[in-house]
Amino acid sequence: MRILLIILRKEFLQIFRNKMMLPIIFIMPFVQTLVLVYAATLELQHTNITIVDLDHSQMSEKLCSKFDASDFFDVEFGQSDYDYLDKMLLTESTKAVLIIPQDFENNMRTGVKTQLQLNINAIDGQTAGLINIYVNQTILSLLKDLKPFVNKTDLMVMPASIQAKPRFWYNETLNFKHFMLPGIITILISMIGIFLTSLNLVREKEMGTIEQINVTPIKKWQFLSGKLIPFWIIGLFDLALGLLIGVLLFDLPIEGSIFSLFVFSGLYLFTAIGLGLLIADFADTQQQAMFTIFFFFLIFVLMGGVFTSVESMPDWAQYINRINPLYYFMKIIRAILLKGSGIKDMMNEFFALITYGIIAMSVAVWQYRKTN
Amino acid sequence: MSNENIIEVENLVKKFGDFTANDNLTFTVKKSEIFGFLGANGAGKTTAIKILCGILFPTSGKVSVAGFDIYKERDKIKENIGYMSQGFSLYEDLTVKENIEFYAGIYGVKRKVIKTRLNELVEKLGIADLKNKFVRDLPLGWKQKIAFSVAIFHKPKVVFLDEPTSGVDPITRRQFWDLIYEAVESGITIFVTTHYMDEAEYCDRLSIMVDGRIEAMGTPTELKTKYNAKNMDDVFVKLARKQSEENK
Repeated sequence: MRILLIILRKEFLQIFRNKMMLPIIFIMPFVQTLVLVYAATLELQHTNITIVDLDHSQMSEKLCSKFDASDFFDVEFGQSDYDYLDKMLLTESTKAVLIIPQDFENNMRTGVKTQLQLNINAIDGQTAGLINIYVNQTILSLLKDLKPFVNKTDLMVMPASIQAKPRFWYNETLNFKHFMLPGIITILISMIGIFLTSLNLVREKEMGTIEQINVTPIKKWQFLSGKLIPFWIIGLFDLALGLLIGVLLFDLPIEGSIFSLFVFSGLYLFTAIGLGLLIADFADTQQQAMFTIFFFFLIFVLMGGVFTSVESMPDWAQYINRINPLYYFMKIIRAILLKGSGIKDMMNEFFALITYGIIAMSVAVWQYRKTN
Repeated sequence: MSNENIIEVENLVKKFGDFTANDNLTFTVKKSEIFGFLGANGAGKTTAIKILCGILFPTSGKVSVAGFDIYKERDKIKENIGYMSQGFSLYEDLTVKENIEFYAGIYGVKRKVIKTRLNELVEKLGIADLKNKFVRDLPLGWKQKIAFSVAIFHKPKVVFLDEPTSGVDPITRRQFWDLIYEAVESGITIFVTTHYMDEAEYCDRLSIMVDGRIEAMGTPTELKTKYNAKNMDDVFVKLARKQSEENK
């Protein structure tokens, strides 16, 4: 026990003297939450849209003003010069072009089916889909407003429409930041766990100090605990920091218990650190470790549901996610923060992480050799 | 020097694939002896040292260090030896004092004892002003002297020095050897590899390795007589020449 304390003292001394690690521990939480949460947004706001009104009627103007009033769109009115509109789309000056045909009002009043033309820049399919939905909703809202007016004057009976009125559970205001923030925090503590632990161990190999350690009677578990415990603590510290920023600056709801969040995070960090140590076992230089981790980390992050929904991935991808620790934790942290789930609701994830952690750590300890 | 053997090696073989780094080594080292382990680069010195320290498994052969078996009692061996490698492994981002406290601590030296010995060491080496400096800021000579002091701080029975003085000036080397003599007087056995043939003369006994085998063994005087040489340098060159002629 005394030996473990001596090792821990040395590790903390070194970590706090390391000019690379300190900013990662103390500055990165701020940069990631403040910059990434705002930047990595899928929310649609102030999208440039060009409307070409060929009708110039009361109704078409009403439609235009609907778009104008919407927060989603920044409207510009264009002429029906197709070369020009083409260029606008090409140069990204506008995201979408909506063309209101000549007989729009007339057709509406007489019940003739009328079509508006919507051209969307779909390079980013997700945004294009959203624009499509918002444009349609705006047009529909016009119909709703006009319904009594249309009925009375033209005695036209419109089919009663069925409208689903959604209620957005767990994120009622559809606040994208509340979705993103747990993801960013997950990335943050994964980096602490995997990157820092791994680099720290490999650094001893590079410096040659590991050889000196190997000739001492120090036990494997003591040495590796000395590598594990500091980053476990730092990881939880950064989690707390991330949550604090979330609550203070983004009104992040914490629906579930902080306690279970920290239990799960501790478990997840244990797994992440195990993976970090495992990679360090096989790497001889920090560069090797870095590239290896980068390879896995990208896959973990992109497949784990930080930015995209795992449910909409193909089946094979969801199978791969079963060996992605980040996937489990992503699910857990969102469920606890936004849904208020507890440990009982996430027994599967709990056991998955525990199994994963034990396997990763055992292999890492087993692979670390004091004698070759 | 007593007659008690502190290191016993019998038919030690170490192979890396097809390459034989240590070819049937047999030798003993006596307590409180300075045993010089010489050889050209790549002759297999470092491999042998690593096996004796328990960080490399031998392919075959019998090895015991400080009375413990290399296969079964590596942990016991590690408690009883000190080691200083070419890269002298002090932590560059820790101070001299922190390094000593760390290494002594993991050898289980009591805190009070560390404090007393540290004060003694500071006084002996005159490093009161260096004590709280980072190792990376020290001159090479000091790093080596301190690394040696760290290696014997827990009073091991044997200390292995793998080219401890490479790259420093003759005066610092001389001072380094004074530290070695002092350690021997306190009963520590020294197992040292070196490139410098003048240092070889300081050893009680020498073995010279060529291509993984021990070609010659004995006191410096014995070797010089046997090979009809003026100094150890001459012995070394003659052995190497003989070897390359055999290879033709």
